[in-house]
Amino acid sequence: MILSVEELEFLYRSRKILHEIAFSIEEGEVVAILGPNGVGKTTLLKCLNRILRPKGGTVHLDGNDLFDLGTMEIARIIGYVPQRVETGRLTAFDAVLLGRRPHIKWDITEKDLRIVDSVFRLLSMEKLRMAYIDEMSGGELQKVAIARSLVQEPKILLLDEPTSSLDLRNQVEILAIIRQIVLEHGIAAVMTMHDLNQALRYADRFIFLKGGKVHAHGGAEVITPQVIEEVYGLPVVIGEVAGMQCVVPGSPEVPFAHNL
Amino acid sequence: MHFAKGAVPEDYLAYVRRKYFWILGGLLLLFFMFIYSISVGEVEIPLYKVMQTLLGQKPVTKWDVGVRSIIWNIRLPQALAAIVAGAGLSVAGVVMQSILRNPLGSPFTLGISNAGAFGAAVSVVVLGTGKIQSTVADPIMINNPYLTTIVAFFFCLLATGIILLISRIRASSPEVMVLAGVALSSLFTAGTMFLQYFADDTQLAAVVFWTFGDVGRVNWLELKIMTCVVLFATIFFIINRWDYNAIDAGDETAKGLGINVERVRLVGMVIAALVSAVIVSFLGVIGFVGLVCPHMARRVIGDDQRYLIPGSTLLGGILLLASDTAARLIVSPYVLPVSILTAFMGAPIFIYLLLRGYKR
Repeated sequence: MILSVEELEFLYRSRKILHEIAFSIEEGEVVAILGPNGVGKTTLLKCLNRILRPKGGTVHLDGNDLFDLGTMEIARIIGYVPQRVETGRLTAFDAVLLGRRPHIKWDITEKDLRIVDSVFRLLSMEKLRMAYIDEMSGGELQKVAIARSLVQEPKILLLDEPTSSLDLRNQVEILAIIRQIVLEHGIAAVMTMHDLNQALRYADRFIFLKGGKVHAHGGAEVITPQVIEEVYGLPVVIGEVAGMQCVVPGSPEVPFAHNL
Repeated sequence: MHFAKGAVPEDYLAYVRRKYFWILGGLLLLFFMFIYSISVGEVEIPLYKVMQTLLGQKPVTKWDVGVRSIIWNIRLPQALAAIVAGAGLSVAGVVMQSILRNPLGSPFTLGISNAGAFGAAVSVVVLGTGKIQSTVADPIMINNPYLTTIVAFFFCLLATGIILLISRIRASSPEVMVLAGVALSSLFTAGTMFLQYFADDTQLAAVVFWTFGDVGRVNWLELKIMTCVVLFATIFFIINRWDYNAIDAGDETAKGLGINVERVRLVGMVIAALVSAVIVSFLGVIGFVGLVCPHMARRVIGDDQRYLIPGSTLLGGILLLASDTAARLIVSPYVLPVSILTAFMGAPIFIYLLLRGYKR
C-alpha cells in the first residue's frame, strides 16, 4: 500500500469541503477521482501532498505520516501536475529540469541532465527538447508538465484533470502514457477526471465524490447508471461498444437529456 | 522510479554555453563602459591614465595629482554608484516580477520610491533641512543630507511594512501586494503634493531636486553601504534562483515541487524592498531601470532565472552607467541628473526590443 487516507477532513474557512474521506492505493494502480464540478476533487488531490493542509485525519505515504515529512521530502515522493501550467521564455528541457528541484542541493549535476534526457525519450518527445514552451500547443505543454513531474522520480503521481484542455488524440496519448508508466515503473497515479469513458478505459479504480464525501469507491463495478445518476443527477445508459464499456448521457425516454 | 539511461544532450550544453557567453559579454561591456565613463567629462583623461591611476600608480606630474583627485573623489565613486544602483534596482525588479507574477513588478511597484520622496519632503518642509546655495555647479543643496536620507529611508520601510502587514492578512497573494502598492504610491504622492503646496520656493526646489535621482550624490561611505546591500541581495537571489523559476511555472507547480511559495514571496519582497529603499534614500528616485532592464534582459537571455538574474544585474549596471556618462556629456558643462536620462536612453531600446520579440 503506497498511499492510504483515513478520516480526511478539509475546511475552507470553517466550511466543510471534505469529510470522512478514506481510501487506499496500491503500486501499479491508476485511480480516477470523479464527481461534479465544485465537489472537492482538486481539493482532495491537493490534500494528498499537503499543498492544502487537511483539518483532520491521516494520510500515509509509502509508510510515512504525511505530517511528519518536510515539503521537499513530500516532493521527492509525490509528483503533482496542476490543471494550469504557466509558460515563459525557456526551453522544454529547462522547464522539465525544474522538476529536479526537490533533489537539487546547490546546482544541477550531470545525473540530473541524464534523468531529464531519459524522460524525454520515455515520452518520445526528443524533438521538443530545445523548443520554447511559450510557443507550444496545449498538448505539448501538458506533456512537458507530466515530464516535469516524472523527473521528480516520484512514487505517486497526482494529476489534476490531465486531459481537460486537450483534443481527442492528445487525451488518449496522455492517458496511455500515464497508464504505461504506472505499470512499468510500479508507481501509482491519482487523477481527477470528468470524462467517465476515459476513466473507464485508463483507470483501475474509481472514487466518486458527492457532498464532500466518498459516495462510491471500487473497480469498474461501481460505475453503474444508479451511482452516476446519484452523483451527477443525470440519467445515463451504459452499453458496450466493440467490447468496451461506454457511458452515454440521457436515457431512451429522454434521448437528448436537455429537458431534465 | 529511476531514470539513468539518458545522455547529456549536446544541443542543450551548447545552448547553456551561449547563455554564459552573453553574461561574459555583459561583464566585458560593463568593464569597458566603466573605464570610458571615468575618462570622459569636463576634463578628458586618457584611458591609459585611468587604468594607471586605478591600479594605484604614483602620480609623477602636477597634472597627475589633479587627475588622481578627480578620479578618486568624483568620477570613480560616481561610476561605481551608477553600476551598483543600476544593478540593485534591476535585480530587485527581476525578482519582484517573478514573485509578484506580474510583468509590471519593479522596486517601485510597492510604492517605495514615492514613499522615499514623501520622506524627503517631510524632512525638507517639516524638519527644515532644505536651503539654496547660489553656485553654478551646485545651485541647490540640502543642508542636512543625512537627516533627509534617514527620513526617506524610514518612509521606504514604512511602505514596505504596510504592504507586509496587508499581505499577512491576505495570505501573500500577489494581486493584493501589487494593488496595495498602487494604493500606497498614490497616497504618498498625494502627501508629497500636499507638503509641496505649503512649501516656500526654497523648500519646493529642494524637494524637487531630491526626487531627481542622481548618482553623483554619494560619498564613499554611502557607496560602501549600498554595495554591501546590493551584493548581499544579489547573492541571496542567485542562491534562490530555482525557487523563482518554480514560481514562474505557477504557484501550484512550485508547491508541488516542495517550495514554500508564501515564504519565498515574503522574504524575496522584503529583500528587494530593502535594496530599493537604500538606493532611493541615498540617490533619489531613479525610475525605469528596475522595471525595464529585466525585460530587456529577458529578450536577450530568456526567462530562466539562472541566467536572467545575473543578466539583469549586469544590464542594470550597464544602462545606468551609460545614462550617467551621457548625462555628463550631453549638456556639458552642466551635469544632468541620471534619472532624466535613464528613460531617454532606455525607452527607445526597450520599444525596439518589444517590437522585435524574443531572440531565437
